[in-house]
Amino acid sequence: MRIAMVKYNAGNTRSVLCSLNRLGYEAEVTDDPKLLRSADKVIFPGVGEASTAMAYLREKGLDEVLIHLEQPFLGVCLGMQLMCSFSEEHNTTTLGIFDVPVRKFILPQEYKVPHMGWNTLSRSEDPFFSHLEGESWCYFVHSYYVEVGPSTIATTIYGPLSFTAVLHKDNFYGCQFHPEKSAEVGATLLKTFVEEL
Amino acid sequence: MLAKRIIPCLDVRDGRTVKGVNFVNLRDAGDAVELAKVYSACGADELTFLDITATVENRGTFCSLVARIADHISIPFTVGGGIRNIADVAALLDSGADKISINSQAVAKASVIDELALQFGSQCVVCAIDARRNAQFDKNGEEGWEVYVHGGRTPTGIEVVSWAREAYDRGAGEILLTSMEHDGVKGGFAVDLTRRVSSAVGIPVIASGGAGTMEHFREVFTDGKADAALAASIFHFHEIDIPELKIFLSKHGIPMRTRQ
Repeated sequence: MRIAMVKYNAGNTRSVLCSLNRLGYEAEVTDDPKLLRSADKVIFPGVGEASTAMAYLREKGLDEVLIHLEQPFLGVCLGMQLMCSFSEEHNTTTLGIFDVPVRKFILPQEYKVPHMGWNTLSRSEDPFFSHLEGESWCYFVHSYYVEVGPSTIATTIYGPLSFTAVLHKDNFYGCQFHPEKSAEVGATLLKTFVEEL
Repeated sequence: MLAKRIIPCLDVRDGRTVKGVNFVNLRDAGDAVELAKVYSACGADELTFLDITATVENRGTFCSLVARIADHISIPFTVGGGIRNIADVAALLDSGADKISINSQAVAKASVIDELALQFGSQCVVCAIDARRNAQFDKNGEEGWEVYVHGGRTPTGIEVVSWAREAYDRGAGEILLTSMEHDGVKGGFAVDLTRRVSSAVGIPVIASGGAGTMEHFREVFTDGKADAALAASIFHFHEIDIPELKIFLSKHGIPMRTRQ
């Protein structure tokens, strides 16, 4: 099993690596198109800001590489948002794998932004969720959200708003929350991604 | 629904926890990693580690501890204590911390909040505020509170709610509000102050200092509008059991992340 993690100027690769290690897997962090294309699984982590992240991906030519990958691909948090069509974060055109926009949270005053902490998923049937049972609490921290669209397979509610928690289309998956920080639920999802998808 | 968070806090000196911890079945109760695992397993929503190391030379020890914690736990954790600049923060985040908390240095040079938020994102910048009652700051019938720094030893002449607001405006992602009046007394959190700070900022507020009973947590989440509550010794000495606390709070209608 060869797992590649996309290397770009966004943080949290270390915590994703740690969580894979705990499941017994190693991963290589790389921006080499050849290594990304030949990996069995690709993880696209992300903590950071959309426009600088996209500028970096374009500079390295990774934007074209990522959208044509055919193996199971998982974007996390900013990684997932970059897989969408457009982000209101500095009005950035993003990869367009999922045809859905990323919006800034505009909520009544009592709802703090970022949406930070543990929240539950409303899931549809998907192989990604085959080992989840009951309420699934996941750790979120984000100030922008993905609208609900045809590729949405799980949603989360914050205040009056329901938004995408997980996306799936073909070989592409994205999680708004951080599976690497979501205790057993997150570990179960990462394990399912690595071993079964 | 977004859950309110329960956060145990561990004081660390030279890589080891210092406040006595009363857990059974621990190989080494001074080992922060062992403790972190226990708290993580019993449903703590996050952990906070405060480095109270006296010397700068031993800061490296803290970074290697942070790396060991990151290897072993799968919930978010914040580290703080003695952070001065971007290089300190970069070292801690590279070691695997999710957030850093900054206190005295932010008061000494408020622009450090802007710099850290710009460099690393607001989500990882926690502004810690130590507050003490000062009648000189009373206004419109509301109790006035003053910001203290250097582990609570030095008054600053700055009013707490306005400082919290400034930290928010400068890009802090969270406020960790400790009432020194209430800390260690176990008579309840500073509910009124927490509510005022929480209403003044658009970011989450972690209430700290004063937890003695489960009812105190309920109060600070409902009346105090806290987004999270932090405590140390009552968890370390098993006076309050985290799973029981969460069940209690759930029963009172407070959204809690409960175990599957």
